[in-house]
Amino acid sequence: MMIKSLQELSEYTEELSDSRSNTGDINVLVSLGTCGIAAGAEEVHKAIRKTINENNLGHRFNVIETGCMGLCFCEPSIELEDTKNGKSIIFGNVKPENSEKILNTDFQSEPKEIDIIEKGWYYPDEAENTDNYLQAKIALRNTGRINPEKIDDYISHSGYKALGRVIQDMKPEDVIDEITKSGLRGRGGGGFPTGKKWTFAAAQSTEEKFVICNADEGDPGAFMDRAVLEGDPHSVLEAMTIAGYAINATKGFIYIRAEYPLAIERLELAINQSREMGFLGKNIFNSNFSFDIELRFGAGAFVCGEETALINSIQGLRGMPSNKPPYPAVEGLWQKPTIVNNVETFANISTIIRKGHEWFRKIGTEDSPGTKVFALAGKIQNVGLIEVPMGTTLKNIIYDIGNGIADNKKFKAVQTGGPSGGCITPDYLNTPIDYDSLKKLGSMMGSGGMIVMDEDDCMVDIARFFLDFTVDESCGKCVPCRIGGKQMCGLLEKITKGKGTEKDLRILKSLSETIKNASLCGLGMTAPNPVISTMKYFAHEYEEHVYDKKCRAGKCQELITYSVIPDKCVGCTACKKICPVNCISGKVKEPHFINSDKCIKCGECYRVCKFNAISKS
Amino acid sequence: MGCQTCTQQQEGGSILSSFPDKASELEQHIDSLEITHNISRNRGHLIHCLHKAQELFGYLPEDVQLLIAKKLRLNLSDVYGVISFYSFFTTNPPGKYKINICLGTACFVKGADKILKEFEKRLGIKDGETTEDLKFSLGGLRCVGACSLAPVVIVNGKVYAKVDPGMVEGIIKDCDKEQK
Repeated sequence: MMIKSLQELSEYTEELSDSRSNTGDINVLVSLGTCGIAAGAEEVHKAIRKTINENNLGHRFNVIETGCMGLCFCEPSIELEDTKNGKSIIFGNVKPENSEKILNTDFQSEPKEIDIIEKGWYYPDEAENTDNYLQAKIALRNTGRINPEKIDDYISHSGYKALGRVIQDMKPEDVIDEITKSGLRGRGGGGFPTGKKWTFAAAQSTEEKFVICNADEGDPGAFMDRAVLEGDPHSVLEAMTIAGYAINATKGFIYIRAEYPLAIERLELAINQSREMGFLGKNIFNSNFSFDIELRFGAGAFVCGEETALINSIQGLRGMPSNKPPYPAVEGLWQKPTIVNNVETFANISTIIRKGHEWFRKIGTEDSPGTKVFALAGKIQNVGLIEVPMGTTLKNIIYDIGNGIADNKKFKAVQTGGPSGGCITPDYLNTPIDYDSLKKLGSMMGSGGMIVMDEDDCMVDIARFFLDFTVDESCGKCVPCRIGGKQMCGLLEKITKGKGTEKDLRILKSLSETIKNASLCGLGMTAPNPVISTMKYFAHEYEEHVYDKKCRAGKCQELITYSVIPDKCVGCTACKKICPVNCISGKVKEPHFINSDKCIKCGECYRVCKFNAISKS
Repeated sequence: MGCQTCTQQQEGGSILSSFPDKASELEQHIDSLEITHNISRNRGHLIHCLHKAQELFGYLPEDVQLLIAKKLRLNLSDVYGVISFYSFFTTNPPGKYKINICLGTACFVKGADKILKEFEKRLGIKDGETTEDLKFSLGGLRCVGACSLAPVVIVNGKVYAKVDPGMVEGIIKDCDKEQK
């Protein structure tokens, strides 16, 4: 059916809520994102369905297959929600055999044997109560709550209402004005004001313009955009259409990584559903405005996350960046004005339109209003996808939401901004996070990857890892990035092998500055950041590697020596058998000995010893 | 000898003639796209077509490239230039079992590099290579976004979570079992 006006949309929404009252009162939300499925959520989902069918519980329960709830550390996870009184309970690490117990929950007592997870978030567009929660979900408002494959679910959560209002009641300049006043900044990393970008594009008088959604989430360790696309694809489509209306474009492209098959599948489905209902296509909401969206796939090039490279890639060229200016908002795809916004930025748009800029400005900080989604990963207890108001401290994120460091290790640093960002040390844990404060610390917001590191991580090695990444991903167009990056990587490798000199440290520093200043695009300009920031905060580790030939984390293989602790060795010969170079000697039931001259430091003996009798130093 | 493309076609030993069904599916797919006289707009379909072709054939040999170039009215060199830029595309036939090790940051700090080394040791090939019997190909992957399961190994779509070097042998054995 086609929706032609706001009136029809609200009538349809009412119809939906009427038809819902015929199903069960209790929603069973099963999280079926990529990581949930990998952890076995499909089996759990089948078991829940089976239990309901076998016991004829269809009148009580309403099973909803959702996207990622963000509780990656306890997947598969299931939320039980009583729609009558709003009570809810979340189960983690669910196994198929738990399904009966879960469905028998009476919300009063908590069933034993199954992990109960505390709900740490609220939805600011619904409740004003912020007291007990650290997380506020705006971009992720529907992710993990609705079935992303059903447009009706999205519509019943106020979906496409903003689009209707924009087209019926607002002029394009009003829309841009609203977004500008909201202070929304690009969530892809740079933090450029979204309203400003739209203004530039709207000011161009060309006939053809484009809207591009940058879903080329390439930062290693980041999965925010994937979660939104898998869990709430319509919110992106709606926002792109709003953007199209605002700048007078008729065509949109979503540039998405080919590595996200589930997100692609759900987006394709959502686009078709949206066309069928008339939210995409000709004469949307019975107006003169027409807009359509197509998908374009990336092909494994990190640099295509840079907007000019992305545009080249959509044009079917090698994904190399171009000089700016002209900015894409003036001259972009096929030389036409184009706005490129990131997935999370778009996911904020329709709520801002519905609730107004004043409401949005109440959340977050003065200069960075709203929330930010982070992918919290690495050596942290509660790995997951979180959304916090801007201005939340790192301490809150790591210790309260993330529940501290895994395996009782000591916290060393948190890396934000991926290969373009830097490390933040324990001294700065109380810094409120926003675009500007992170920049001041020599890191950056980036797209939102947050990797926590503990005492076992060597910072020189981490810097080498990121440099290795950027060298691999450099498109090769400009010299500083192509050659400079390679040189830096080589120097870091030398240092991790214990062959570094004082001069190398000096060269490393000056190269960093040169590459930062002279590269063509964002990838190159930010490539030295991991080195600059680790050299600033962990200078002692670099010095130890160079002068003392020591790696305190025990990560750099060539700087480690393995030896047997005679008191602990029982002479089981396990290490002797596994040693590939036969450098371990000793008789059965007698302490063994490692000949360090012959040892190639493969670490096999350390791995197989069951008595902790091998020391690594 | 020229560019060899024509000789190869005369001999008829091309992948297109070996798999006529797939070849015609590819042709139909390209024909269904909006091809105009505007060459720069036609190029916009190129990456999409390459994805389709690689999905069908597993890799992008020269005659497939030539077919796409002709259909989109582009030069073969343009097509090849794009293929060589993007790491997703390959011009070599892949192994039956594609072992991919996630090398994202979360997996890296949890020891993905050691897992890659273990696979290299056991299969006798390096990252990005394929065994001679075309059974296994080994590759590092940029983040797959399953960071909570780090380190992650993916074999033909099957995800192995929280892998340690000791599990590598088992993963290879799983493939052998499946083959039987």
